[in-house]
Amino acid sequence: MNDLRGYEPVIGLEIHVQLSTRTKMFCACELSFGEEPNTRTCPVCLGHPGTLPTANQQAIRYGIMIGIALGCEIAPRSIFHRKNYFYPDLPKGYQISQYDTPLCSGGELVVPGGPTVRIHRAHLEEDAAKLIHHGESGRIHGAGESIVDFNRGGTPLVEIVTEPDLRSASDAREFLQLLRTTIKQIGVSDVNMEEGSLRCDANVSVRRKGEGLRAKTELKNMNSFRFIERGIEAEIERQIEMWESGSEVSGQTLHFDPGTGTLTSLRSKEEVHDYRYFPEPDLVPVAPGKSMVEEIREQIPELPVARLQRYESEYGVTDDAAQTLVNWVELGMFFEQTMALDGSVDARLMAQWITGELVARLREAGVDDPSSTELTSAALAELVVMVQDKAVSQFAAKEVLAALVNEGGEPRAIVAARDLGAIDDSSGELASIVEQALADNADAVETIKAGKQQAMGAIVGAVMRETKGRADGAEVNRLIRERLGI
Amino acid sequence: MTTGAHDVPAAQLVDGLHNGDFSSTELFAHFRRRIDEQSDLGAFLWTAEEASEVPTDSALAGVPIAIKDIFCAEDVPTTAASKILEGYRPPYTATAVRKLEQAGAVSIGKTNMDEFAMGSSSENSAFHPVRNPWDRERVPGGSSGGSAAAVAGKLAPWAIGTDTGGSIRQPAALCGIVGLKPTYGSISRYGMIAFASSLDQCGPLTRNVSDAALLFKHLVGSDPCDPTSIGHANEVEMPSRTSLEGVRFGIPKEMAGDAEGIEPGVGDVFDAAVGQIEQLGGTIELTELPHAQYGISAYYVIAPAEASSNLARYDGVRFGMRVEGAQGSLLDLYKSTRANGFGEEVKRRIMLGTFALSSGYYDAYYGRAQRVRTKIAEDFRNAFERFDFLLTPTSPSVAFRLGERTADPLAMYMSDYCTVPMSLAGIPAISIPAGVASPPGGGTALPVGLQICGPAFSESKLLDAAHAIEQSIDFDANHRPKGFDE
Amino acid sequence: MIDHDQVLHVANLARLDLSEQEVERMARDLSGVLDHIEKISQLDLDRVRPTSHVVEVENVLRPDEPRPSWPKQRVLESAPDAAKGGFRVPTPGR
Ligand SMILES: [Mg+2]
Ligand SMILES: [Zn+2]
Repeated sequence: MNDLRGYEPVIGLEIHVQLSTRTKMFCACELSFGEEPNTRTCPVCLGHPGTLPTANQQAIRYGIMIGIALGCEIAPRSIFHRKNYFYPDLPKGYQISQYDTPLCSGGELVVPGGPTVRIHRAHLEEDAAKLIHHGESGRIHGAGESIVDFNRGGTPLVEIVTEPDLRSASDAREFLQLLRTTIKQIGVSDVNMEEGSLRCDANVSVRRKGEGLRAKTELKNMNSFRFIERGIEAEIERQIEMWESGSEVSGQTLHFDPGTGTLTSLRSKEEVHDYRYFPEPDLVPVAPGKSMVEEIREQIPELPVARLQRYESEYGVTDDAAQTLVNWVELGMFFEQTMALDGSVDARLMAQWITGELVARLREAGVDDPSSTELTSAALAELVVMVQDKAVSQFAAKEVLAALVNEGGEPRAIVAARDLGAIDDSSGELASIVEQALADNADAVETIKAGKQQAMGAIVGAVMRETKGRADGAEVNRLIRERLGI
Repeated sequence: MTTGAHDVPAAQLVDGLHNGDFSSTELFAHFRRRIDEQSDLGAFLWTAEEASEVPTDSALAGVPIAIKDIFCAEDVPTTAASKILEGYRPPYTATAVRKLEQAGAVSIGKTNMDEFAMGSSSENSAFHPVRNPWDRERVPGGSSGGSAAAVAGKLAPWAIGTDTGGSIRQPAALCGIVGLKPTYGSISRYGMIAFASSLDQCGPLTRNVSDAALLFKHLVGSDPCDPTSIGHANEVEMPSRTSLEGVRFGIPKEMAGDAEGIEPGVGDVFDAAVGQIEQLGGTIELTELPHAQYGISAYYVIAPAEASSNLARYDGVRFGMRVEGAQGSLLDLYKSTRANGFGEEVKRRIMLGTFALSSGYYDAYYGRAQRVRTKIAEDFRNAFERFDFLLTPTSPSVAFRLGERTADPLAMYMSDYCTVPMSLAGIPAISIPAGVASPPGGGTALPVGLQICGPAFSESKLLDAAHAIEQSIDFDANHRPKGFDE
Repeated sequence: MIDHDQVLHVANLARLDLSEQEVERMARDLSGVLDHIEKISQLDLDRVRPTSHVVEVENVLRPDEPRPSWPKQRVLESAPDAAKGGFRVPTPGR
């Protein structure tokens, strides 16, 4: 957290979202996912003479979906503009984007317990290609060389611009996380920051509370939620330092270096940008009728904020578990599937298992979607019910879950095959094992009796070793206390 | 037998091919020979060595056609008469060319033109100027001068060109042939190298009106590759009318025979043609297009503005020419490639257009020009409430001498005075030969064109009326360019 | 009117190298043309809507169905400097 010294940060975000359509924005090339360079191109997306763009229907639909999800007004008629500038990743010398008539404008996203952020606009455009920088080439002395790969060029993008409503770096991160979840929920993008399908630039300034806005800087290249928070924090700090030391903050573009956590000014271009926007004459207006917008609105699934509220009211699931289920869309869906299968499952226990142990297994496997593992929602529901009924201990259930994720199968069968069933204490088996453990750990018993209850762990551990984890931990504790009279 | 094949209209050659009077390869060889014999016209930039095979029962049965070098054809050198595209062989074929080939036309070669269609004399070719078959010391007009000279010089039965502000009609007038600029959106622009996208339109240059109708019929149609192509609701009809009884013609006084800037000889021929129309039963009335006089101003903002953007793709990265700069930097590469690759007039228009769109000037130039465009279109709409067609001379002058206007860009731009308003309004206009007149100061009589324009998508009626006028003027029978007969 | 410095600025925006002589000529030519264009400043156009396009259709959209992309060799064939599977350029900003 910044020491604000009476300053108030003012932050607005510009977010680019790559849409998960099948084809590019203005040509029928398939989108690229790490293919060999320049194997997903055609004369259109290479800007060959005489070629013309054709707008992707699905991209426009997805753009409208994002607009609706962000509470925006959908323009009854919007047109494309050309944004003109020269760069090797821009094949036509202009980017087809939108200017004064964006597809969506004037929305709002409320982070529960956090900031309310107004959405200025959301518009459609095409992505640039990728430049792969190589070092000194020897081609021309002193000049490095770059190779242009046009696979990404022309990928549909929605650019979302917020109003400068954010007041801290952590608010910015929270907002962006909710935005990401919202877009993920409607299924129009992978919104993956590491892979670049979600990219965020920040406009940052600070001012004395109640005073007018001061010069802002633009922060680029923050490709994780953590970097966004750190980058903005560093910039707030830098600006406060500058104002405090009597110098001026000047408008510039800064590049965040995640390695050092510092911001460096991009070499100031020898010219101010003059994009010479004008209406794209090769395309006709997009005019989504009221009925089309309504039809799309009906297809928008429940959004994260509503889902969070429902998890509480319907399942009693709150706090971190609920937040994780909402933020991790696939996890939330899996949770709901398991809950739909067996009404007797304790929702909170289920949420705890999914957001705890299952998440750990998914991270190990490096996957996001539980459905892509061997685990089925029916198997998980069954396992959690077994835990609930004490038919299997917590400890043993973890082993069962790991097996379900990796190999699949049914919990009961696995429990039987691996002899993981909870020890039935009515037979007195557990009591005698506890007895033996107390006898084997006389030192610990003495320590407990002296008042240091922590030493109970050694005895529980011994019981668990003996039972290979099949004992119910709570029951073991109870038996020890009963036997020692504490 | 193909002797005299060059003296007859293309439709007659189609009949001959259908009847088996000669083969398409014989016909091709005949015209190829004529091209070689009259290579001093400079009409072609590339010629095919042999004819492609065409089924004799196809609509056009293998009649050769000359293609303006602005149309992409797969693996055929396509330069738009610019050094920057020297050696470029497009990986795809323009829709217009493909449609003609599918109808059975055989491409005989690519015709010379003003670089990127910017010019009114075809002197702006990066390779060599085109000469007028009527007087080789004079220009054929432009920018489709090569196509016009090829048809007038009988090197090809017919040709296609493009018209942005008069580039089909003006050379047709100066060469004594028929040229049709269709309604914007009639014919696909896909594969037609863009000059000014909101104005460019493909059209036929032919020996007579019937040929223009026949060619137009095969070119028309909406194309999924060009969102601005609409095609025509009804099939194009072949012209047949001989009387003009009940047809109402208006003459805008701003472009009448005696209007300022119209050469007296041109005015006289125009007046005589108007007399012919009355003879045929047409009614004539003087009218006005109050904003037509601002056409050149609006056009020379809009067209260069679009061109400055359309020509940004010629940057030496993906295709065409590259000139390394002295410093070896990217900026250097861009600047020297474009400085060396573009000719003087192209640079002038890029500069003009860039300026008109640049920050601080957009409203005064581009914004105002767009509003003038609205007014001009309104003027035409008003006029067509009272008239079926409007009549003007096509060009204020007969063919001028090579070099006569190259030093004075504005004088050259004024060549389009009568053709630009229709382009801005997007309406169809045809130029037909109306007679001959001596240039100011005397000399060989040269062709004068009559321009007839009508409301959007009125081509069938326009061609019909033009046909009636053409029959009564009987231009070809009375006047022949020198050295035409074999 | 457009002066020497404006010509240089515009030429830079348009990525055109102009010799000193060309700059002079361009300033002269463009000034002449702009002078003529100025005619439109006489018109009262305040309430006139701009026309950027005469085509009156809307929503001409392409279904999201992929078509095969072009072979890499084919697209690199046209490049003035193809290398390492792509289009080679000097690294920007150097
Ligand atoms: Mg953007
Ligand atoms: Zn493509």
